[in-house]
Amino acid sequence: MARLTDFSASEQKHHLDKIRDLPDFGATPFVAGPPLRERRVAIITTSGVHLRGDRPFAMGAADYRVIPGDTPHADLIMSHSSVNFDRSGFQEDVNVVFPLDRLRELQAEGVVGSVSDYHYAFMGAAPIRALEAKARELAALLKKDRVDAVLLTPV
Amino acid sequence: MGALGHYIEREGVATAQISLIREQTAAIRPSRALWVPFMLGRPFGAPNEPGFQRRVLQSLLSLFERPAGPVLEDFPENAPDSAPTDSGFACPVSFAAASTGAGGLARALRDEIAQLAPWYDLARKRRGRSTVGVFGATVEDAANHVATYLGDKPDPPAVAGMTAGLAVKRACDDIKAYYYEAAAAQPGNLAAKAIDEWFWRDTAAAQAFLAIREICINSADESLKPLAKLSLIPRSVIDRLSAKP
Repeated sequence: MARLTDFSASEQKHHLDKIRDLPDFGATPFVAGPPLRERRVAIITTSGVHLRGDRPFAMGAADYRVIPGDTPHADLIMSHSSVNFDRSGFQEDVNVVFPLDRLRELQAEGVVGSVSDYHYAFMGAAPIRALEAKARELAALLKKDRVDAVLLTPV
Repeated sequence: MGALGHYIEREGVATAQISLIREQTAAIRPSRALWVPFMLGRPFGAPNEPGFQRRVLQSLLSLFERPAGPVLEDFPENAPDSAPTDSGFACPVSFAAASTGAGGLARALRDEIAQLAPWYDLARKRRGRSTVGVFGATVEDAANHVATYLGDKPDPPAVAGMTAGLAVKRACDDIKAYYYEAAAAQPGNLAAKAIDEWFWRDTAAAQAFLAIREICINSADESLKPLAKLSLIPRSVIDRLSAKP
C-alpha cells in the first residue's frame, strides 16, 4: 500500500502538508528523444543509498553520491534520515530500490540502448528548493555521459 | 522526487519517475510518472521478485515513448505477498525483562544484540551482504554509544566534526538494521509488517529508542532535536502510542 487512505491520520496530514508547501514549478518541461531501444539510461534514487565507504548523508543533505554501475550489492548501504519507510526490502534485495540488475537485463534484450556507467543517489528528505543547484549540476554530467533517459526512483 | 524531475528535465534531460504518493505527484506534475500501489520503501514492489520488478521497470520505461506530457499513469498490479506468515516469532528478551532486569535497558539492549548474533550472521551469509555500517563501527559499538544516552553521561561522537545527533541517528539506524536482518533470517518468513510489529512492541532496542527520543525532545543540543521529530520513531508508532489510554 501507498494509498493515502491507508495511512494513519498524522501520516496523511504529513503527506498533505507537503503538497501545501510545494513551490510553484511552472509549466512542465517535456524533452523528446529517440526510441527507447536507442536511449542511454541512468538511475537517480532518492533513497539515500551509497557506497559503504562514502560519507553518509547528513540530516537534510541536498548533495548526491555517485554509484558506479559495477558496484557490488554488498557495498551498498543506506543513510536516509527518515524512518517512515520500509528498509527490509532493500536489506533483502537491492533491486527493490535500485533496479540496476533489471535494467541490465532489458539492455541485454535490446529494450533500452545502453546503461550508464554511473548512477546517483540523493536523500529524499532534503528541502525541495535546496535540490535545484545539485540537480542542474547532475543534468550537465548526465548530458556529458550522453544519458537521455533518467529513471527517478523514490522510497 | 517530482522536483528533481522538473529540475533535470528543464536542463534538457528526459526523466521518468516512480510515484509512491499519487496526490503529491499529481500536484507537482512532473514530465512522466508511474504511480505504484506499493509500500513506501519498495518502489519496485517486492524483494526477490525479478519478474515483477521487471514489469514495473518496463512500465516506467514505456513512458519515454509517450509523445507529450505531463504523463501520470497507474501501475495496475499490487505487489506480490512476499511473506505468507507472521506468527510464531518471539524476541529473545522480553520488554518486561528489558525494563526490570539487572543493568536496566542498556544491559537488555546488549543482551538482545548478543542473542540475535547467530541469526544476523546467518542473514549476512545467506544474502552475501548486510546494510549495517552507517555508524562506522560494529553494532556492539553502536549499542554502547546509544547506551551512554540511557545513563548519566552521553559519549561525544567518536568522529571529529560529527554532531551528537548524527552519531545517535547512525547508531540507531545500524542497530535497527541489525535487528531486522536477524529477524528476517529466523523461521517463519516474516513479512515486513510483522518484523516492524515485533521490533517496536517487543524489543529493548525500541524501548531504548523511545527513551532517547524523550532525551532529544528535552535536549539543549540542536543536533538532537530533529531526531525526536522524524528520524528515530516512525509516525505510525508514535500514533499508536499516543492512542493508548
